[in-house]
Amino acid sequence: MVETLIVIAATLTGAAFLLALWRFLKGPSAADRVVAFDGLTIVSITMIILIAFVEGRGIYLDVALVYALLSFLGVIAVARYLERGF
Amino acid sequence: MDSLLNLLGGLLLVAGASFLFLGGLGLVRMPDVFNRIQAGTKATTLGTLLGLAGFACLRPEWGLKLLLIGLVTLFTNPISSQVLARAAHRTRVEMTLNTTVDRLAEDTGEEA
Amino acid sequence: MTKARDLTTLFATLFLFWLLLNGSLAPDVLAIGLVVALLIAILFRGSLAVLSEFRATPLAIVTAVGYLIYFLKALLQSNLQLARIVLSPSLPLTPGIVKVRTRLQSRMGRMLLANSITLTPGTLTVELNGEWLYIHWVTVESADIEAATASIVSGFERYIEVMYG
Repeated sequence: MVETLIVIAATLTGAAFLLALWRFLKGPSAADRVVAFDGLTIVSITMIILIAFVEGRGIYLDVALVYALLSFLGVIAVARYLERGF
Repeated sequence: MDSLLNLLGGLLLVAGASFLFLGGLGLVRMPDVFNRIQAGTKATTLGTLLGLAGFACLRPEWGLKLLLIGLVTLFTNPISSQVLARAAHRTRVEMTLNTTVDRLAEDTGEEA
Repeated sequence: MTKARDLTTLFATLFLFWLLLNGSLAPDVLAIGLVVALLIAILFRGSLAVLSEFRATPLAIVTAVGYLIYFLKALLQSNLQLARIVLSPSLPLTPGIVKVRTRLQSRMGRMLLANSITLTPGTLTVELNGEWLYIHWVTVESADIEAATASIVSGFERYIEVMYG
C-alpha cells in the first residue's frame, strides 16, 4: 500500500518537474524562465529526499539542504542581474 | 503489514506531490509572470512542506533534518518569489491584458 | 543592557540552528556549537542584528505559536483557492498590483509580513518601500489603500506587532 502511494507521489512530482521544464523552455521572457527554474529547484528538493528514502541513505538529506540554500542564492543572483541588465 | 504512521506518511506524500503538480500546472497555465509566480510559490511551498511531513512519518529518525529543510524552504521560497516579482516588474515584463490596476507603475512614474 | 539581550537572542537562534542541523546532543557537538555560535554572535552582531529583533518575551512566544497556526491555515486556504483557479478551464483572474501600508517598524517584522503575504491567498509582495508594500493580487477586491490594507495586512500585523513591533 505505502509502496503504491510512493509511486504515485513520485509520478506526480515528476510530472510537476516536466510542467515547470516546459515553462522554462517556452519562456517567453527571461523572468519567466527564472521563475520556472525556481520551481524546478523546489521540486528537485522533494525528488532528492524521495531518492534518499528509496535508497535508505540519510546523508542525501544534507545534499537536499545545501541544494535548497544554494539554489536560493542562485535565483537571487539571477534576479539581481535581471534588474540591472536590461 | 503497514503501520498507521506509514500509511499517513504515504498519504501526506501524495498530497504534497499533488500540490507540486498543481504548482507546475499553474506555471504552465497562468497568463503572465506575476500570476505564474503566485501559483508557483504557494503550491510548491505547501507541497514541499506536506512531502517533508510525509517523509517524517515514514522515517521518524530523519525528523529534525526534515524540519530544518522545511524551515529553510518556508523562509527562502517567498523571498526568492518576491525578488523575482520585483525584477520582473522593474524590467517591465508585460502583464496580462485583464490586469485591473498597477499602483506600483503609477507610483514609480512608469507608463503603464 | 539591550545589547546583552540582543547578543543572547542571536546566540540562542544560532545555537538552535546548530542543534537542528546536527540532530544530536553529544557533548562534543554541544561544545563546538556553543563556541561557534558565541563567536559568530560576537563577531557579526552588527550585520546579523535582524535575527535578534525578536522580543523573546513569554507573550511574544505564545503569539508566535498563534501566528504559526494562523499562517498555516492561510497557506492551506491560498493553495485551495489557487487549485480552484488553475483547474478551472476559464482561469477566473482579475489580477492587479495594489498598495498597502504597514504599521510595523522593525526590518525583521516587515520581512516576515512580506513573506506571509506572499504565501497567503492570492497575494504576492512585489516591492517594499518603507511602510508601503506593493502587492500583486490574483483577484483584486479593492484598489483602495485602506480596504486593501484591512484585507491583506491586518490579520498578520496583529501577531507580528507583538513579536517584533
